[in-house]
Amino acid sequence: MSILGTRVIRTEDPRLLTSGGVYVDDVREPELVGAVRATFVRSTVAHALITGIDTSAALEQPGVVAVLTVADMTDLPAPPPAEPPSDDAPPAEGPMPLGGVWSEPLLAVDRVRFVGEPVALVLTDSAYQGEDAAELVSVDYEPLPAVASIEAALAGESLLFPEAATNLCVQGLGKVSDDSIFDGCEVIVEGDVVNQRVAALPMEGRSTAAAWVDGKLTVWASTQNAQISRLILTAIGLPPEAIRVVAPDVGGGFGAKIGIDRESIVVAWAAKHTGRPVRWVETRNENLVAMTQGRAQLHHIKIGGSKDGHLAAYRLDVVQDTGAYPRMSGFLPMLTNLMAPGVYDIPAVQAGYRVVITNATPIAAYRGAGRPEAAATIERAVDWYAAEAGVDPALVRRLNFIKKEQFPFVTKTGAPYDSGDYEGALDLVLAAAGYEELRAEQRRRRESGGTRQLGIGLASYVEITAADGAAGETAKVEVHDDGTATVYTGSSAHGQGHNTAFAMLVNAELGIPMDQIEVIHGDTDLIPDGIGTYASRSLQLGGSAVHKAAIEVKDEAAKRAAELFEAATSDVVLDAETGTWHIVGDPDKSLTWSQVASAADQGLIVANVRFTADRPTFPFGTHLSLVEVDIETGKVTLLRHVTADDAGPVLNPILFDGQRHGGIAQGAAQALCEEILYDSDGNPLTSTLADYAAITATELPSFELLTSETPTPGNPLGVKGIGEAGTIGSTPAVHNAVIDAVSYLGVRHIDMPMTPERVWTAIQKASTK
Amino acid sequence: MKVELTVNGREISADVEDRTLLVHFLRDTAELTATNIGCDTTSCGACTVLLDGESVKSCTVLAAQADGRSVTTLEGLASDDGELHPVQRAFHTEHGLQCGYCTPGMVMAIVSLLQENPHPTEEEVRVGLEGNICRCTGYHNIVQAALVAAAASDSGVSR
Repeated sequence: MSILGTRVIRTEDPRLLTSGGVYVDDVREPELVGAVRATFVRSTVAHALITGIDTSAALEQPGVVAVLTVADMTDLPAPPPAEPPSDDAPPAEGPMPLGGVWSEPLLAVDRVRFVGEPVALVLTDSAYQGEDAAELVSVDYEPLPAVASIEAALAGESLLFPEAATNLCVQGLGKVSDDSIFDGCEVIVEGDVVNQRVAALPMEGRSTAAAWVDGKLTVWASTQNAQISRLILTAIGLPPEAIRVVAPDVGGGFGAKIGIDRESIVVAWAAKHTGRPVRWVETRNENLVAMTQGRAQLHHIKIGGSKDGHLAAYRLDVVQDTGAYPRMSGFLPMLTNLMAPGVYDIPAVQAGYRVVITNATPIAAYRGAGRPEAAATIERAVDWYAAEAGVDPALVRRLNFIKKEQFPFVTKTGAPYDSGDYEGALDLVLAAAGYEELRAEQRRRRESGGTRQLGIGLASYVEITAADGAAGETAKVEVHDDGTATVYTGSSAHGQGHNTAFAMLVNAELGIPMDQIEVIHGDTDLIPDGIGTYASRSLQLGGSAVHKAAIEVKDEAAKRAAELFEAATSDVVLDAETGTWHIVGDPDKSLTWSQVASAADQGLIVANVRFTADRPTFPFGTHLSLVEVDIETGKVTLLRHVTADDAGPVLNPILFDGQRHGGIAQGAAQALCEEILYDSDGNPLTSTLADYAAITATELPSFELLTSETPTPGNPLGVKGIGEAGTIGSTPAVHNAVIDAVSYLGVRHIDMPMTPERVWTAIQKASTK
Repeated sequence: MKVELTVNGREISADVEDRTLLVHFLRDTAELTATNIGCDTTSCGACTVLLDGESVKSCTVLAAQADGRSVTTLEGLASDDGELHPVQRAFHTEHGLQCGYCTPGMVMAIVSLLQENPHPTEEEVRVGLEGNICRCTGYHNIVQAALVAAAASDSGVSR
């Protein structure tokens, strides 16, 4: 029996559970002996001109090796020339585009644009000395009016980039002005839906260590992709060959560690500039003001249909607050537009977007990156419409789903859905949750007039994974003369369990025992070519590459085995259960992998593969949340969360479920408690974990997970991504549940996060109408 | 100032700055890097260790406060012959960790929790872990691991 689809506990764990992982702060490589600590001096104001920086007092502090500002960066190449901003078309996007009119400097030049922006770097013998010295770097600021909201950005009275003459950095081509699509609609709902700014919050913040030795720069970085980080680091004027990037254990990423940030480039530059090894590990306070954040979209929606629940038209107008620098330009809202109609076959759909600059932390990918926003709003809109029409929200979904037999299906926004069974997922969840019984209990509670009311929220989602499948992923599989195998992958784990998953793929093809297979990732000296882990791409692209490489190894090994058997290659077979080679019909004669590999050149059988996919994949599912709302206090308790998720065949259910668990929690967190806040001057109000309401175990139940498996034709494993699906499905399910609980009081919408204060206020407003 | 601590059964004395936090003493002086730092505000619990057998957040304890006392970190949890503690074993079998960063603190917090309450309900486990943040697992399998570890200890499984 193949190992695929079975529950295999992780090979990664024993080390992590006994000696702990080796994160950047734990790396003890010889090149880092005597490394100095890097401490950034960060802007304390949201928007200001810098009129002077005095480092003299800091330089006199004990242990200070250097205090560096942009004035010291004379040994860096000039940034790319500025280009005028484009006002049409999806813009060029990348992990971190530097240069252009909206150029993000490495260290502030003459202006700061958000609290937390790096202004100077202090190098000291110890971390404590660094904090002391950084306090004494004196920066003179001439304050400018802060652009602290989307409204202020659009008003354009204060400009972050005066040379651009606008705070609107890019907009999509979609038109959102033709109201005729709503002609004939019997029920129309229109309103604003806020998808608030949240923190990615990996438990390990950003961290980078760098050493410049004999003309080679080695950088250890907490990143989701060492190879892309290496390309970014060429910004300091070195060719890729002169740079080695190692991603050691990485303590979570969630999209915010795609590539590396400006701080890491500065640290690498400082190591080369000073000749001293340098290590930087950010504090949580730095992390909450300077690591890229997620979401931050304002949606204006209009949805219409018949009285009996048939949708006719949907409009989504997105404004993306991208923060002080457009890290991903229009990429995120472009995905939101693409996925706007979700799982529904709506006859008319309009979607558009604008991206504005504000004096806030830059926005980039966060678990889902543009798709959660789309799902959150269409699912909210459908419930809003259902409540207005007086039709059960489960029925509205069922009536409007793209049907199983309609796949492949291209949406009105151009998304080429590969496969799906949306009604199947809904049915699984309704049955497992006991939907009708829950509705009956809800009615009983309403009739009895108690303070604790039930809410039932549904969300049926579809999302796009491995949208950049054409970039593909690399794999090298080697079988050695001792019978062991090594897998080199361009994919890069930071908790997902690649070592276990990819070893399972090799074991399934070659029969080499799991403990004889080593999986290596995240070192550009060993794997120069790779893309990394994001967009739920690892198994479908990286895994498919490993799978194909294993097959190539097997084909090559068959030739060697045939020579040893003195038989035709076609007469040689591998018993994948035992990992032994035989001649067809003669099970008595056998060869081990060790014997076969020993017969190959240099005792090694090797295959290199880059797997590319010619289409993205579209996992889907339905989530149901059951909440209890105390209508006197507004307090929400999440009682149950039931999901049916379909990402094709499941490789390893514990990894699959683990991804779902984490995703559900992060999605529920956005619905219930998490939000990055600023005051009207652009000062962050949530810059520690004492203020940012990260979700904890007490706010969540255990989850009830169901699975269906609809393969994609897009890759040989038939798999889609599951890394982000939990986040995408759970936010609107929880959101809808809370509003459902208080809908009988006249509440139609509450913006996230649905804190007790927000819920209580909504109830009060509805009851005084 | 000079401090003397027993860490995982080993006596360590060192001259440290007065303001040295226990977590930095463990990581930099004792060279035990399993214990991680996840915040600066005693909020996340990544740095949880046992001080004289009780869980503390080592980012909020001075090394000086631990002078003369005994500290257990994740590295000191398995038996000398390498047999895993039931909580470590349950984290493995129940997939209670993903990136592993919060794990040392989570494991130590649960060891302490089960010492105080060997038969916790799910609700009691969740309340007990309120001070430990995990961003990967949604807590589902961590809670499960705690319950499995409790059951394993219950059924007389050693360590």
